[in-house]
Amino acid sequence: MFYLTEDPIEGLPNPPIAFTVGAIVVFEGTVRNVNDGQQVEALEYEAMESLAKKEGEKVVSEAFEKFPIVGAECTHRMGLLQIGEIAIRVVVAAEHRNEAFQACQYIVDEVKSRVPIWKKEHYSGGASEWINSNRA
Amino acid sequence: MPSITVQYFAILREQRGVSEESLDTRAQTPAGLYGELSARHGFSMPLASLRVAINDEFASMDQALEDGDSVAFIAPVAGG
Repeated sequence: MFYLTEDPIEGLPNPPIAFTVGAIVVFEGTVRNVNDGQQVEALEYEAMESLAKKEGEKVVSEAFEKFPIVGAECTHRMGLLQIGEIAIRVVVAAEHRNEAFQACQYIVDEVKSRVPIWKKEHYSGGASEWINSNRA
Repeated sequence: MPSITVQYFAILREQRGVSEESLDTRAQTPAGLYGELSARHGFSMPLASLRVAINDEFASMDQALEDGDSVAFIAPVAGG
């Protein structure tokens, strides 16, 4: 499953895990305070929600096709985030660790490169910039 | 002339100043439509850097536009 949420991911429950799994990989992408040498104060995420949900679900389905995993779920935060908050959480469960690691990486990489979500960095001093867009 | 709804997100939304508009266009494809809009609003993004969605599905820049279509130009994404 793929979710977008306005609420802090920190407060959301993890998905239930079946007893058939021997490995659970959790990736949490967090907001860091520096990017490209600039001091970041906050991040803002915006999505084309309808298409982002479809494309995100597609990515998670592909992970099931490519890797023998038992469960996978991805949640992406929307709105304004402060330093240290979780922007994306991917949880993958599998019988063994290799496929869990690989599927988790696949989901994170594909979500970052394909799903219509945009990130604006707000810098100390008041400037802000849409990442990937201003330098295209 | 087909009547099209255009949705804007992120940098394009800010540059256009609205998140959605309806318009009549002579453009027959998203590429042509973006050229029209870019000339009118001075978008900074080159066409080659964009993807397009028509009616909530990724589409080609050369797909024929039809009356009533909803078009969204998608600047390079940056999730995660």
